[in-house]
Amino acid sequence: MPEKLLCATADLSDTTAKIFEIEGVEIGVIRHNDTVVAYRNICPHQGGPVCEGLKMPRVCDELDEQKRSVRQSFDTTEMHFVCPWHGWEFKIETGEAIGDPKIRLSRYKVIERDAQIYVEV
Amino acid sequence: MTMPQNPLNYSSDADPAIKEFDTTKLLKNARKQALERNYKDFFICDVDSHHYETEALPEILQYMDDPVLRHLGLSAGNVGRAGLIPQAIGSQDMAGRVTRYPGRSKETVPPTPHRDITLTRRWMDALGVDMACLFPTPMLLLATHPQPEVEVAMARAYNRWLCERILEEDKRMCSMVYLPINEPHEAERIIDEFAERKGVVGFLSTGYLKRPIHDNANMRIFSKLEEHGMPLGFHAVYNWSDSSLSQLNKFISVHALGFAFCNIIHMTNWVMNGMPERFPKLRTMWIESGLAWIPFLMQRLDNEYMMRTSDAPLLKKKPSDYMREMFYSSQPMELVDNREALEVTFKMINAETQLLYSSDYPHWDMDLPSTIYDLPFLGEQAKRDILGGNAQKLFNLAPTMSEWKLEARKAG
Ligand code: FES
Repeated sequence: MPEKLLCATADLSDTTAKIFEIEGVEIGVIRHNDTVVAYRNICPHQGGPVCEGLKMPRVCDELDEQKRSVRQSFDTTEMHFVCPWHGWEFKIETGEAIGDPKIRLSRYKVIERDAQIYVEV
Repeated sequence: MTMPQNPLNYSSDADPAIKEFDTTKLLKNARKQALERNYKDFFICDVDSHHYETEALPEILQYMDDPVLRHLGLSAGNVGRAGLIPQAIGSQDMAGRVTRYPGRSKETVPPTPHRDITLTRRWMDALGVDMACLFPTPMLLLATHPQPEVEVAMARAYNRWLCERILEEDKRMCSMVYLPINEPHEAERIIDEFAERKGVVGFLSTGYLKRPIHDNANMRIFSKLEEHGMPLGFHAVYNWSDSSLSQLNKFISVHALGFAFCNIIHMTNWVMNGMPERFPKLRTMWIESGLAWIPFLMQRLDNEYMMRTSDAPLLKKKPSDYMREMFYSSQPMELVDNREALEVTFKMINAETQLLYSSDYPHWDMDLPSTIYDLPFLGEQAKRDILGGNAQKLFNLAPTMSEWKLEARKAG
């Protein structure tokens, strides 16, 4: 599969996805847990620019030993893209929708070589 | 006491999604959809969209007759009170996750036309919407204000402001203007004042009324609407203080049930009290409860009606037969894993003639025109009717196409 050069590794951030357009298709690229992931910037819901929304941790309900609800918390080990149009959330690591893991963001293979970032398209 | 550290602020103003907010950029993928689907070839009308009228409150209050209420609304010492419009509890913006909420105030616009016109045009042009029926947002709960004179004064001032500052200025925008049904005499005066104004295509009843819709005090309102040939819209709303909803602990729960519940109550009263028989020429549109509630209610009411026709003697046919003659706005259409149910729903409500596309933009659960256009069980003509033709008929609209579509047509 052809590789496309996107940018220098140093240009990527781990807080905000960088958006690239390749042959009319937008791809969002972000550094995540020491790897780099790339997804098509189209939400499977109604087509929103999913990689351009906020990055939020998973929200958890905490129960006590009697299964009583105690409080909510953020789990910062699981970060999500939140689509800015309606709030669907996707695991940045895998692209799976939180509400239904059968639904996924369309993922691109990323190659990091000689301090440059490429995607296979 | 040591305060817990809270370094997390995920929807801060510094996030580029909020700091650099721009409607056209946010909706660039919607514009792509509009181009790919050739929306330039046909008219799209959005029958339920919104603005935030409280952003223009000082302007609106200039249109208020009562100087004391006007002063109350404008007064600077208003810390700790909501002003004249009741505030809804809830988190439409999902704590800033839906970025157009926190971003809205950051968006820059030119000095003219009115900010609301610029912002509205931006999303309309992105979605491929040619004409939009514009409604307020916080005022959807105005009918719950304990002082009826406040509701009437706000309604009249808002309607005047809307007509003069927005509808007069842009023929792509129209509205079903606010009808204060809690005060029937004033509602009649409002119909007389606004029925002929430019861009007024009907009148709007908002969710929570102090008396049921079939109350005898309301009959002259409906006669007057019939005389003017103006449709009546029922815009649903949730009210967390409602005793039936107050057991729900989450916004998602109260939002999911509240809107449907609101229209279910009004529709049940409307039908079982024979309002369609009393006012056969009065057309009604039921707004913003999605669609799944309609087949549910049709089945429930028909089943009970056949056993208890004596409870509803004004009816000459089954409740569902009346409901099938009414109009419905489409959003928020239930779209997850239910194609078959949706298809049945479309059949049950005669969607090809009775359903009207609505976005509800800029609210968090907005629907794009593609929610209708991409349905595999609709033919091209049905899609176009739902997206625009049915609204054109109901509102007797002279369609005004958006400039970009006219230019795209010229360019071939
Ligand atoms: S388009 Fe992404 S959440 Fe709706």
